[in-house]
Amino acid sequence: MSLILENLSREVDGVDYIRNANLTFEAGSFNVLLGRTLAGKTSLMRLMAGLDQPTEGRLVYNGSDVTGQSVQERNISMIYQQFINYPNLTVYENIASPLRLAKMAESEIDRRVRETAAMLRIEPLLKRFPLELSGGQQQRTAMARALVKDATLVLFDEPLVNLDYKLREELRAELRELFRERQCIAVYATTEANEALALGGTTTLLHEGRVVQSGPVMDVYRAPVNTLAAQLFSEPPMNLIRGRVTATEVTFDEYSHHALTQELSQLAPGDYWFGIRPSHIGLVPTGEDDLEMAMDVELSDISGSETFMHVRNSHFEMVLQLMGVHQYHTGAPIKIYLPINRLFVFDQQEQLVHTPSQVTGGPL
Amino acid sequence: MQKTPNNKAWFLVLPVFLLVAFSALVPLMTVVNYSVQDIFGPGQGFFVGTEWFKEVLSDERLQNSLVRQFLFSGAVLLIQIPLGIGVALMMPKSGIKSSVCLILLAIPLLIPWNVVGTIWQIFARGDIGLFGWSLNALGFEYNYTRNTLDAWLTVLLMDVWHWTPLVALLCYSGLRAIPEAFYQAAEIDRASKWAVFRYIQLPRLKSVLIIAFLLRFMDSFMIYTEPFVLTGGGPGSSTTFLSQTLTTMAIGQFDLGRSAAFSLIYFLIVLLISWLFFTAITHADKEK
Amino acid sequence: MAEITLKSLAHSYTDTPSGPDDYAIRQMDHVWHKGGAYALLGPSGCGKSTMLNIISGLLQPSEGDILFDGERVNELSPRDRNIAQVFQFPVIYDSMTVFDNLAFPLRNNKVPESKVKARVHEIAEVLEIEGKLYKKAKNLTADEKQKVSMGRGLVREDVSAILFDEPLTVIDPQLKWKLRRKLKQIHEQFDITMVYVTHDQLEASTFADKIAVMYGGQIVQFGTPTELFEQPNHTFVGFFIGSPGMNLIEVKRCPRGVCFGSTVVTLDDWQVELLQRLKSENIKIGIRPEFVEVSSLPSDDTFPATVVDVEDLGTYKIVTVQLDHEKLKVRQPEEFSAAQGEQIYLLFPRQWLKLYVDEFLVQEQK
Repeated sequence: MSLILENLSREVDGVDYIRNANLTFEAGSFNVLLGRTLAGKTSLMRLMAGLDQPTEGRLVYNGSDVTGQSVQERNISMIYQQFINYPNLTVYENIASPLRLAKMAESEIDRRVRETAAMLRIEPLLKRFPLELSGGQQQRTAMARALVKDATLVLFDEPLVNLDYKLREELRAELRELFRERQCIAVYATTEANEALALGGTTTLLHEGRVVQSGPVMDVYRAPVNTLAAQLFSEPPMNLIRGRVTATEVTFDEYSHHALTQELSQLAPGDYWFGIRPSHIGLVPTGEDDLEMAMDVELSDISGSETFMHVRNSHFEMVLQLMGVHQYHTGAPIKIYLPINRLFVFDQQEQLVHTPSQVTGGPL
Repeated sequence: MQKTPNNKAWFLVLPVFLLVAFSALVPLMTVVNYSVQDIFGPGQGFFVGTEWFKEVLSDERLQNSLVRQFLFSGAVLLIQIPLGIGVALMMPKSGIKSSVCLILLAIPLLIPWNVVGTIWQIFARGDIGLFGWSLNALGFEYNYTRNTLDAWLTVLLMDVWHWTPLVALLCYSGLRAIPEAFYQAAEIDRASKWAVFRYIQLPRLKSVLIIAFLLRFMDSFMIYTEPFVLTGGGPGSSTTFLSQTLTTMAIGQFDLGRSAAFSLIYFLIVLLISWLFFTAITHADKEK
Repeated sequence: MAEITLKSLAHSYTDTPSGPDDYAIRQMDHVWHKGGAYALLGPSGCGKSTMLNIISGLLQPSEGDILFDGERVNELSPRDRNIAQVFQFPVIYDSMTVFDNLAFPLRNNKVPESKVKARVHEIAEVLEIEGKLYKKAKNLTADEKQKVSMGRGLVREDVSAILFDEPLTVIDPQLKWKLRRKLKQIHEQFDITMVYVTHDQLEASTFADKIAVMYGGQIVQFGTPTELFEQPNHTFVGFFIGSPGMNLIEVKRCPRGVCFGSTVVTLDDWQVELLQRLKSENIKIGIRPEFVEVSSLPSDDTFPATVVDVEDLGTYKIVTVQLDHEKLKVRQPEEFSAAQGEQIYLLFPRQWLKLYVDEFLVQEQK
């Protein structure tokens, strides 16, 4: 069982909503669409559901062409950002509604509703009405309604955006559990790189209606094909600095000179973009080869257990992700260290030419 | 593979199209047809071109009633819009009091138009009407059947009583839609009551006021029943508005061609003014 | 600028509160010092909005007093308290230009027009909206609108405090940190007492020097971001701050410490002593996922545990382990390699293992 998108495009009034998407979704897989607002995540999901028709390309399900089939003819569930429930029906009836439409026997409906409600931990709420529930419970009800009918394709459109972060953590963990056993195709859209990482499975990066990269989550994360992919799949975005490699040294923005090390000596002389993840920059050196740079603190963003430090000097602007709480005043001078074996290198066309030798581990 | 666009959607629009055609276009075309002919009897019509239009436009009776009509509509808008806003501002914001106010306001709107005319016809009489009698008892010379000014005032007062609640209700709903935070911010900014009205309430009432203004303009411009019942258009023809003039011409004198031409001009005036007003407002909105 | 003191303050929305559950804010004493940058952090329904409304003057506390610089202001309206507020959704005067919006509070106070002009330009420069001064305010983007509504508070030189009610709710994620930086800068520059209400730990800890965490109508901890992270004073703070939150385990008294299932955790002598004196049976131990140490070999103080799940978050891993019947989260660096089902050994460093009785931290008395 699989759903294949072949050269799928959708254009409305000359504007590309989706351009040439070629993707395969296997049954039992969890697929995350990652992209910024308006990247085409919702458009792509609407095409997959049959809510919109492509202007070009085909949609192949289990080997047969389903392009043009309406959403009613196919077994699809969709969960939205807003908590969409029937306000005048109890939670029980809300969950039962798709089964009633399918004219299922009453005993079977009852069994399934209770089973799904138990799975999503809303069993004690079955007799209540949606508007009496908290946001998290409302979204659980909507999810239960989507999951109860055993759809072959379940689409999530940023379902956790409107919840606070503690609830998000909880529901995200539950979702992973729920889909581990299922044989349906789950597609989940999000704007947050960390959510994609937490959910795992396959990640597809979207930007301006185009697929930038697609593959198992860690493959995409560890080897972004170009600077765009690197920026999209990193929160905060990967730091990029311009540099020139000569026979003996590497110079960043004609300002900071460093001798060429083993790691970078394979690069042909020329101009490159060097990328480093915020979490790999440290305030103390990790090795002798570390690039040292003097910066000023712009802002220490503290998330409780982590600090996102925005620093800059006259040439570069960078973000550091540090473990623990680091309070600095705006304008405070500090030294930062970039481990050279952590650098991604992109050519002038912004394509990846070198992955760092050390892809895991690092200063935490 | 190129998908052809789905043309089925056009069938869904068809019923509406037919409905509009039958309800608006066909009758309108009949009127257009009459307005360019002189009809003596069934099958005896002669094409006269724009004759009727020329005649109608130079008819002094019609010109006078057009002027009266503008005066009336202008007065209606000038009184009812500010008054409606004022009433809405004074209404309680919530609780049982606001429900009572809403019901009281809605009552005049529920009374059939000819009954409104009858009520005021009796109410304003000098001999048995509470209003007219009281005025006379207080020493005012008041008689709406003889005095032109009195007749005008009575018709206006009746219309204000009948329709100001509509404006007030619209404004009330508009006011309720303003989030509490705006009032809090204004209080913090030490805004005066007038400043709150001028910079928060009025700008946010704009869209309902456009609707209120258009509704009241069109309605008052086409007023017929109430003054007809109340004054019969008198004294003389001092309260005879356009609709009544037209009816007299079409039904009373059976002057079909002339009244058809008149109807079209009437229709165009309403359309033109509404359009002018609407574009003026929306244009002012677009200004950056 | 003012120092804001809450004296035996409590608030109930019912006229005759019969128990602690009827209170949206339970009795408390608290001081917001002059010129401080504070955050009021908590989940929805914890009482933080009630608190904010009491400070601003939109709500009168049912019990106790609120003092501005030592003077009781319970009955004063927001306008008389000189409080400025930035709301969740931008509140701007649509029909006015940005300039007129900023000038509005000054003109209401009859400030001479030449002074208005100078002050508005000064504030606009700080907020980086000079270029927009003569635009209609309704055509601004959400973040610019929030700047304008903040600017209306800043233009007044007599403002005693600025309150922020989740001001970044409608701001694009990519712009949020820029606005946070701006807020911080403004605080450093103007030295005005600021209170920032939010349910987001990132916003609270970035903005504030000190955070008041509210839970169930109480301030359960008032401390710096570091204190909240390293010394959570209440189990709720442990859970709410940090992602994932603190591991909390219900335990019983045991001879040399506490135990759960067949696991015995030894504690410091002073902790054991204190435990004997306290009567409550509600005892928990807590340790943050960041502070649990992991090794592949057992040693004296380690506990054997099984890896249940590994969540790879790119820059680090969240490992779920089973210790006795309890599941714990452990944060490990990228290179952590143990797989599901493998046995590992956990070490709870003494300084990071916290003891909670009746949900509050048990601290050493010196």
